[in-house]
Amino acid sequence: MPSDRRLEREAAKRRRHRRGQAIAALSSVVVLGGLAVLILTSPGWPTVRETFFDWTVFKDSFPDVLKAFWLDVKIFLVAELAILVVGLIVALVRIARSPAFFPLRLLAVVWVDLFRGIPTILLIFLIGFGVPALELDGVPSEPVVLGAIALVLSYSAYVAEVYRAGIRSVHRGQRDAALAVGLTETQAMRHVILPQAVRRVAPPLLNDFVALQKDVALISILGPLEAFREAQIIESQLFNFTPLVAAALLYLAVTVPMARIVDRMGGPEGAVR
Amino acid sequence: MSAPGGAVLEVRGVTKAFGEREVLRGIDLSVREHEAVALIGASGSGKSTLLRCIDLLEEIDDGDVFLDGETITDPGVEPVAVRRRLGLVFQAYNLFPHMTALENVMLGERRAHGASRADAEARGRALLARFGLGGREDDRPDNLSGGQQQRVAIARAFAGRPRALLLDEVTSALDPELVGEVLEAVRDLKGEGMTMLIATHEMSFAREVADQVAFLRQGRIIEQGPPAQVLEAPQQPETRQFLSRLLQAGRA
Repeated sequence: MPSDRRLEREAAKRRRHRRGQAIAALSSVVVLGGLAVLILTSPGWPTVRETFFDWTVFKDSFPDVLKAFWLDVKIFLVAELAILVVGLIVALVRIARSPAFFPLRLLAVVWVDLFRGIPTILLIFLIGFGVPALELDGVPSEPVVLGAIALVLSYSAYVAEVYRAGIRSVHRGQRDAALAVGLTETQAMRHVILPQAVRRVAPPLLNDFVALQKDVALISILGPLEAFREAQIIESQLFNFTPLVAAALLYLAVTVPMARIVDRMGGPEGAVR
Repeated sequence: MSAPGGAVLEVRGVTKAFGEREVLRGIDLSVREHEAVALIGASGSGKSTLLRCIDLLEEIDDGDVFLDGETITDPGVEPVAVRRRLGLVFQAYNLFPHMTALENVMLGERRAHGASRADAEARGRALLARFGLGGREDDRPDNLSGGQQQRVAIARAFAGRPRALLLDEVTSALDPELVGEVLEAVRDLKGEGMTMLIATHEMSFAREVADQVAFLRQGRIIEQGPPAQVLEAPQQPETRQFLSRLLQAGRA
């Protein structure tokens, strides 16, 4: 039989909880309702509804945009894998101590500075139009491939820095312990330091991939028919922006689940909420 | 350099400075087969640094360290090969947090000593059982108490069949009630004749387990001898002062 004191506390806790819920509901109605009223009563709303949210146009254009979106997904998957590998190599080269690595280390520093420093859209332009102009044999000239390469260059620079931060965050004692049990420096990195580093940086890595999923659309400037480009074409035929909204929804359908995964990973023990 | 006779570990004239700070100022010390030598001295006296230098985690500035008569501190010596012949246990355990207790003990066996997975696992399980950790094989370090973690660390260091074990204040990070179980593990190793160099703050333990006690102060060994002599009848005023301070703090 719980004591009176305890029943009293539980009742108070329930009251507090109910009040919290009521406040949340009320403020949601006020804020969202206010926004809705603001938009729906704006002088241009009827036109906007017609040009951005036309259900018939949406229904008709969606299959084409969805088909084009597969190209985004394919580019994303291939680029993501390449970025993970290239980024790791750049990070490892950058932290390697051996003097023989000096030129490579320099190259890794330049790699990061250069590809992180140039706007992605500019890099896509430069690679997409510059590389074919070299007329080198055996170098790919398809816009999709060049665009993907530009994305890999840009994002591998970011990802390399994420890896490097993760590696540096592993306590020095871990390396000491790995060496003390007789591992080589390379084995210590592979079996002890990297596994811990990668676990730690998984949330920021995924965060970069959410960004990558959207930036795949930038490749459209080189011509490939991916979702954004396809939507733009339909838009210019119908003078209606609804296909672009359809494309936006498709990007969201991929990035939002990914964002939820990042959220879940970001909350290990010891984190603030 | 010639090989000094008889000692497993021989430290001769070792100096080590970190920048301007001289941590070791000419250490001479030897640990014979089956012998346990306790290093005592205040924090910062150089005990940890000496152990790290012997395990080649730090490079010494001058002098030599011999393992079984061979110098191991020559620039030409491959440090990995030397570390495979020694075991080091850290004050802060330094277990690998992403591995289970068993994997921690197996890693060196598998990767450094080339044991098969089955052999390394069998030895790992046997060692964990020996140090009272049967049933905890699949626990990660953060599921273990400090005393259990340190016993895993001892098993890990011992797994490579080291010629000598270096213990760096293995009880200093522990809650008082957990000290006993770790000291029991060290006692057990001493019982089977393990050659050990033990940096410690536990005077009663040094008295019980050590064959020799060396008192370190400001990077020099001030006094060295059997525990009965160094701990009961110290000759040097610095040793007496150190011991009386410990006595006042209730640690001796």
